[in-house]
Amino acid sequence: MRAVIAEDSVLLRVGLVKVLEAVGYEVVAAVGDAIELLAAVEEHRPGVVVADVRMPPGFHDEGVKAAMVIRQQWPETAVLLLSQFVEERYAADLLSTNTSGVGYLLKQRVANVDEFVDALQRVAEGGTALDPEVVAQLLVRRHRDPLEKLTPRERDVLSLMAEGRSNAAIAAALVVSDSAVAKHINSIFTKLDLPSADDSHRRVMAVLRFLEVG
Amino acid sequence: MALPAWLAVTESKLLFPVLAVLLGCARPLSAVQRGRLRALHGVVVPPPRPGDAQSRLMGRLRLVLSWRQTVYHLLVGPLLALGAALVVYAWGAALVLTTVYGWIWLMPPSVDLRGDWPELVAFTVCGLLLAVMTPWLAGLMAWLEVRAAQLLLGPDRTEQLEQRVEEIAESRAGLVDAVDTERRRIERDLHDGAQQRLTSLAMNLGLARRTLKDCPPDAMQVIVAAHEEAQAAIDELRDLVRGLHPAVLEDRGLDAALSGIAARAPLPVRLDVEVSEQIAPTVEAVAYFTVSEALTNVAKHARARQVDVSVRTAGGRLRLVISDDGVGGADASRGTGLTGLRQRAGSVDGTLSVLSPLGGPTTITVELPCAL
Repeated sequence: MRAVIAEDSVLLRVGLVKVLEAVGYEVVAAVGDAIELLAAVEEHRPGVVVADVRMPPGFHDEGVKAAMVIRQQWPETAVLLLSQFVEERYAADLLSTNTSGVGYLLKQRVANVDEFVDALQRVAEGGTALDPEVVAQLLVRRHRDPLEKLTPRERDVLSLMAEGRSNAAIAAALVVSDSAVAKHINSIFTKLDLPSADDSHRRVMAVLRFLEVG
Repeated sequence: MALPAWLAVTESKLLFPVLAVLLGCARPLSAVQRGRLRALHGVVVPPPRPGDAQSRLMGRLRLVLSWRQTVYHLLVGPLLALGAALVVYAWGAALVLTTVYGWIWLMPPSVDLRGDWPELVAFTVCGLLLAVMTPWLAGLMAWLEVRAAQLLLGPDRTEQLEQRVEEIAESRAGLVDAVDTERRRIERDLHDGAQQRLTSLAMNLGLARRTLKDCPPDAMQVIVAAHEEAQAAIDELRDLVRGLHPAVLEDRGLDAALSGIAARAPLPVRLDVEVSEQIAPTVEAVAYFTVSEALTNVAKHARARQVDVSVRTAGGRLRLVISDDGVGGADASRGTGLTGLRQRAGSVDGTLSVLSPLGGPTTITVELPCAL
């Protein structure tokens, strides 16, 4: 799969290129700011973009803005954002356009190459990847409403769902069986009043309800 | 010469003209006196503090009519002139008395003093004594003059203290700001330098760990250990940088930064932020670290199940309320944590109060000024 990298720190940019190439991506462009990023995406139409949130010229949220443009204009391009710190607005902005093919990770996660590559692959395949810290922070704000009815265990499951994990991954993380996870998820759907037929759609809805962006 | 002017003030018909003259003359007169004191005695008498621009006229009136300046110009000035005349007179008398034998022959023949030699000796002795004492008298007069000017023309004690407090408050605000700026600089340097380098190092090690398949197990063990160490170092450095100055505070403001703290807290935190006023960056930093440390304290001592953090602005004040349902008994005069919080609040003229009966709950209220 073809990839574009946007990161203003040369050291990290070189590192990211090495990691992506080592796991089989073809890095068609590695740029240092958001304007170049949009130009590169337009030119190469990559399958996935890895972008820093904070880039020149403003060093503010250029990466998020570029990601929104990319998700709207080229929906086939997945975007994984890397941020120096957790900012739930960024995650909410990003998810408001489309919940598939987006990710938001803390920059330090790239140090753990295996986890980073997993998240990247999930995003590239059309899934989501949210940093556990983002999810934890979102939980702080959501106390009222139907989420209050969830048991702590169900909240854990929903958090992991929001991170973009599959049922099997959730089961592994919580050290429970797959069927227990499925049971929790069904209970979450009922409590959040999501009785629709399509399971993956319900999953997205539950996460959106959780993030309060839907 | 002082007397008629003083009497004129009591004469109601003349009161206003005299006041008008004083209004016009008091300040230049005071300025002349200050210049004279500086030139003669090398003593700088600072002028009383001027009011701000709006109340300048009123301030001027107040200054001019303040009894101290009036007393100086109407009474002390002339009295000191009298003192000066006394000194001149004393010098003259000393000279005349000491040299009595020198000019006695000039006296008309009808006044014959030549026979009263004990008297003449007494005159000479008195003259000598006077000559020795007059410098002291002059010194005393000069001292009196300086003291009078300092007391009556300079700022009074309250004004001096006000000025001093203002200077101290300014220098403290500058200091607090400088420390804050320095912390930001260090944070930025660490982020741009060491953090990037460490992350890059960890990435390379992670890559090696993932891709080197035919590597001897011993070497792989070293790589794995190095990778773990590098990641631990990244985490530690991140905590350190966050403790210096959280980048999120500068980029996204207090609300976002506090969400981060609440999310990282080891117990459930309900956060409620409503900030409608502009807050100085230094105050934001104080608020951020206050909440951060308060939550750490709660986690350590309170045995609480839930913490509520409320942040509000009203009337130029930022009010933080941190309440938990723990065991209580927190004492601001003992625990170092609370003392630190109080000092932090105090550094920007804020206040901290703790309500923590034994058995709980504990409520910490911090009020900070929005602007410094």
